[in-house]
Amino acid sequence: MLELRKTPLYEAHVEAGGRIVDFGGWALPVQYTSILEEHRAVRERAGLFDVSHMGEIHLTGPDAMAFIQHLVTNDCSQMQVHQIVYSPMCYPDGGVVDDILVYRVCENAYWLVVNASNTDKDYEWIVRNASGYDVTVKNISSQVAQIAVQGPAAQTILQRNTNCDLDSIKFFWCAPETMIAERKCLVSRTGYTGEDGFEIYCKPEDARLIWDTLLESGRTDGLIPAGLGARDSLRFEAALPLYGHEISQDISPLQGNLGFFVKLGKSEFIGREALAAQKEQGLGSRVAGLELAGRGVPREGYPVVAEGREIGRITSGMFSPTFSKGLAMALISTEYARPGTELAIDIRGKAVPATVVKTPFYKKAYRKE
Amino acid sequence: MSAVKYTRDHEWVKIEGNTTTVGITDFAVQELGDLVYVELPVVGDEVRAGDRLAAVESVKAASDVFAPVSGEVVEVNEALEDEAGLLNESPMDEGWIARVEMSDPKELDALMERAEYDEFVKEATH
Repeated sequence: MLELRKTPLYEAHVEAGGRIVDFGGWALPVQYTSILEEHRAVRERAGLFDVSHMGEIHLTGPDAMAFIQHLVTNDCSQMQVHQIVYSPMCYPDGGVVDDILVYRVCENAYWLVVNASNTDKDYEWIVRNASGYDVTVKNISSQVAQIAVQGPAAQTILQRNTNCDLDSIKFFWCAPETMIAERKCLVSRTGYTGEDGFEIYCKPEDARLIWDTLLESGRTDGLIPAGLGARDSLRFEAALPLYGHEISQDISPLQGNLGFFVKLGKSEFIGREALAAQKEQGLGSRVAGLELAGRGVPREGYPVVAEGREIGRITSGMFSPTFSKGLAMALISTEYARPGTELAIDIRGKAVPATVVKTPFYKKAYRKE
Repeated sequence: MSAVKYTRDHEWVKIEGNTTTVGITDFAVQELGDLVYVELPVVGDEVRAGDRLAAVESVKAASDVFAPVSGEVVEVNEALEDEAGLLNESPMDEGWIARVEMSDPKELDALMERAEYDEFVKEATH
């Protein structure tokens, strides 16, 4: 564990009894007390997550927007200052480099928030594709810590610690230079849990104070720290894709159910031709939600079978804490991907019946107004 | 008189004559976290020491439980089917998994006493 990277909140996790694991080279808590308890806290009250391992890449320059449009599949051209757009970023063959959030932090500067384990790869990819654009690319990941407060009580708790009127931050918008616990932060109404909540970007040296202040202030509301285990089970129920699972170098955003974020009609972008061809010729397979009818727990990698043959594999699966049943997302032949289709999952050699269901499994009414 | 012995895979075996009760240890449960599902063996199954006897699943992962001794499964803890959390609450007692009628009691000699097991855990986690 000696070479693992530590976030500025590492000591806080150890002091709180967090079980530290190697998460893509980062020493982070998978849980503090119990994944189920932390999961429920976020669904019913609030949870606090250290997501400082996430990467941030800063783009600025006259061509910044044109360059972003070239890099990502979603259409960012209508972004307003302080708006945020989610998008896949693809290879020319339509495979996914990463899925990212684009923050327009001011008139001509953008942050790309990327998956921790992809940060170096993304940065290299972005720099390599920047030739011909008047743009400056900086990897500022080590200068930014990130804390997420998520759950129905998140706003109440955060509001106590800031002068910013949080009602003014709409879903997928941000407020730079917001003071939280008297430290300057960038705050956005975003998250990876399927609940309302905020993500707070701050200086690494301010992270501990903000973390402790929020935890103390939210204690009576039931706020508890939540680890990577709950983060994964929460995002899974909300059917939010995880890079390397529902999308990857080999699973295109169209296959990963992210067609809404692929705007083939916008100007040229990397991967457009391949994705247009996929759409034209058919995807072959795509990600679908599965609900286990029999007993058991579907897990990543388990084969999905229909009519006696394998038609795909599970990309993420678990025993859903909210629904108390086995649920999965699986990359399966499109002909079997329609909701209501009866299939089976091969669990340790036993075919357990399952049904294709619509995703997300869990849907919360986000504050969008 | 009953004795309890332990395996390197973190199962425990309670021995009463020729009948053994098998479960997973408090240490194993603590490592696995919240258990949400148990796949039990079927009464009448013949198992050999080292075979997969059952599977226990946490939110994060599935883990095999191996048979500490060879023999026939004569009873399973059906309460676990509805409440896998019993394993977390009471791993060494109410969270027992199965009873196995031993076919070769000599196999017990290969298992550890508690003090030995504690030492093993200490080394494994060090």
